[in-house]
Parts: sequence; structure tokens; C-alpha cells
Amino acid sequence: MKLDFEHIPAGHCENGVISSLLKYHGLNLSEAMIFGIGSGYFFAYMPFVKVNGIPLASFRPVPGMIFARAAKRLGIKMKKQSFRKQPKRAMDELDKVLERKLPVGIQSGVYHLTYFPPAYRFHFNAHNLTVYGKEGNTYFISDPVMEYPTTLTYEELKKARFAKGPLSPNGKMYYPISIPEEIDLKPAIIKGIKQTADWMLTIPVPLFGVKGIRYLSKRVRKWPNNLGARKAASYLAQLVRMLEEIGTGGAGFRFIYAAFLQEVAEVMKDERYFELSKKMTKIGDKWRNFSSLAAQTCKGRSSDPDGYNTVANLMLDIADDEEKFFIELKKLIS
Amino acid sequence: MEKDKVPQDEGITAGITREVQYAVDENGKYVKTFSKGWEPKNIVNELAWEDIQEMVDLADKKISAGKASPIMHFMAKNQMDVTLLADYVELSKWKVKRHLKPRGFKKLKQDQLENYAKVFNISVDELVNFKPENKK
Repeated sequence: MKLDFEHIPAGHCENGVISSLLKYHGLNLSEAMIFGIGSGYFFAYMPFVKVNGIPLASFRPVPGMIFARAAKRLGIKMKKQSFRKQPKRAMDELDKVLERKLPVGIQSGVYHLTYFPPAYRFHFNAHNLTVYGKEGNTYFISDPVMEYPTTLTYEELKKARFAKGPLSPNGKMYYPISIPEEIDLKPAIIKGIKQTADWMLTIPVPLFGVKGIRYLSKRVRKWPNNLGARKAASYLAQLVRMLEEIGTGGAGFRFIYAAFLQEVAEVMKDERYFELSKKMTKIGDKWRNFSSLAAQTCKGRSSDPDGYNTVANLMLDIADDEEKFFIELKKLIS
Repeated sequence: MEKDKVPQDEGITAGITREVQYAVDENGKYVKTFSKGWEPKNIVNELAWEDIQEMVDLADKKISAGKASPIMHFMAKNQMDVTLLADYVELSKWKVKRHLKPRGFKKLKQDQLENYAKVFNISVDELVNFKPENKK
């Protein structure tokens, strides 16, 4: 049995899955719209959380949050289930929901996804995909970061749903159970923008929002000295990977947000959002420039502090831009 | 970024997929386009794999010196640390640490070896008879 489900490649897995699940149920909302309403834009530097032994910098809030906020603001009810240490039950339950002709969103580990490019198979557990059918031992998979739909065997899917380590999915699955007939996007958009602006500008901890970018800039400057050439390169490389690798739509979600603002301009019938979208595109372009320069700095793992200083300066410049941007955006909604 | 400037550098996703990249078209409107890849991404991804290979080489050195069991090689190869491996084999960390030593490894029973081999996706033979390649 294979549901008539449209595979829509997306920039980001979480929003991509939700967007295509909602589309199946007749609600057309783009990935960018869900990302914006769910306040997906963020920056956090969390030295106390380590990935591969390297402090985590993230350009988005914790997994699941974007979508939880978007659902709440849009009045969509989702059924969510997890199955701690019960893989068999998790698979049975998935089959049951599929039998009801409902495609199901799944949280999964990346490491076990056999269809992924080998270079991307790290232990990262906050990936999302949709299961939209089953035939014999094979599940039909729509993974938004893949260009085409794909498949997994029962065993492979079970492994991915029960990947171990940080953020382990524990078989988490979800699907919409109630979608309002009429949705007024305006209040949801305003709430989404307000929270993003507040989180970027006003969290009184120097690790988050634009303050976080400035703080990390200071650290980056010290990396070659404090860590040595080899490790400093690994740290900087991971930062670039957080900006660009596996589903950010480019530049750490900044381009997706610019796309969101264009849609907002249409919904609100207000050209000023379109102008702000252009500014966001410029911010995204600066992050791309950052990635490009940072990659050159990492390459060959040179200990020359100049490269690190250059990218650290660029981060300060971007932090200023993002600060100005959100002050301006906040004025539009208040 | 403009649509016609979206990079198409072949690399880590070659032959498998293309990634969605948001970019503006000639009318300034955002569209989803596909990118074959981008050289900076290839560079940083390669660095991450170099780090993994470094851990594997380190493990192999210890195994050759008789200071570690083959488990250490496969643990590194599967990008695991003791915490993650313990999670997968469903044993306590101190037990896993013991099995990482040649002496602890020798005492492993068949079903315990199978448990490790399954997690590493190899046969028990491959695990038990693993010999590090000599690197000059």
C-alpha cells in the first residue's frame, strides 16, 4: 500500500515534513511559512553541549520546537507518540496508522539512513522524514532533504527510529489529527516574528541571539592559540557544517527566513516586508561569505591567526546587521 | 543569493542527491533551487572525516601495541565513544571499558561477541580476527 503522497524536497527536514503532511490533508503552507511562524530563526552557542567533542553552535532552536510552536499558533493538533525501548510496538503502531491511510512523520537518526550520501552519515538524531506506505518488508520514505522519494527495509527503519545517543528519537512518530477549516495567518505570523525578534535581541544570557554571535566571535579569535592548529580547524569546520550541512536551505536558515518575509509581504499586503527580505538576503550572503572564508582557513589546518581574525570580524559585522534587522522588523509588528 | 549564482560543485552528494537551496530569481522572488554542492562544504565535511580517521588510526596503534582490543577500532570507525557504544550494546560504560582492553576482550562469550558484532554490522569472525593494517 502506497499513499498518494507528494514528495516535496525542502531546505530543512522538520519544516519540510510538516509542510508536506499538511499538504496531504489539504492545507497549503510552505516550508518557509511554517519556519517563520514557528520562530525557526535563531542563534545559540552552547559550550556545555558537545558534538564530536566540539561545542555546539546552532542557527535554530532545539529540534521539535519550531514545529510545536507553528502547530500551536495555527491551531493544528498533532498526535505524537514515542516508544521507549519498544521497537516492535513502535513499528506495529506505525503500520496501524498507515493502514488508516495517514502518512506519518518520524524522528530518526541519520547514521542508519542507508540512502544518505555516506559523507553525511554522522550520529545525528534529530532528523525527520515521512513514511507514506508499506509493501511487504519495504517502507516508502519521503525524506525532504533528498531530491527523490526513497525506501527503507523494516530493519533499517527500526534502527533509524531507535538510534542511540543525544536526542535519541525513541521511535517518535507524529501526524495531524485536526486542522482548522479556516486559518488566519496574520496573528500567527505576528507571534512568530515577535518571538524571533525577542529571542535574537533580548535573552539576557550572552550565548543567545546576536549577543551569542558576538561571544562566539571572541572565542573563534582565540581558537588557534588555545586549541592548536589542528583542533581549531575542526572547530571552525563544524561551525560551517552547522550553517550549511544537511538542510538549512543555505546560510544557516537565513535564506529560508528571507523567503518567509516575501510571503509575509503578500499576506499582510505590506511592501515593507519585501524590502526587509532583501536585507535578510544580504545577511545570508554574508554568512555564505563567512563559510567560504572559514573553509579556506580550515583547509590545510594552518595555525595562521589571520584567517580566524578575518572570520571573527565578519561575525561581528553580521551580528550588527542582524541586530539592526530585528529592531526594524519588530517595529513593523508593534 | 541569486538563482544563477547557486553553486554546482560536485562533491559529497554526487550521484546520490542534490540539495535544496533557497535563492532569488530574476524578478527578485524566492524560489527553491537544487545545488549539486559547494566546495566549502566539501572541505569542512572532509575535515570531519579526517578527525574520524585520526581516531581509527589511534585505535589501531593501541591494538598493535597490545594495549587495546579490536572493539576500539570498530568503535572509532563507527564514530562512537564509550558512552554511545555502551548505549548501543546496552551495557554499562565500565563493562565496555573493560572489553576495550585485550584481557577483557578475551573473556567475552559468544553471545557477547555477537552483540558487539551486530552493533558494528560485522561478523563475529571479523571482530575477533581483526588486525590493524600496518601503515608506514
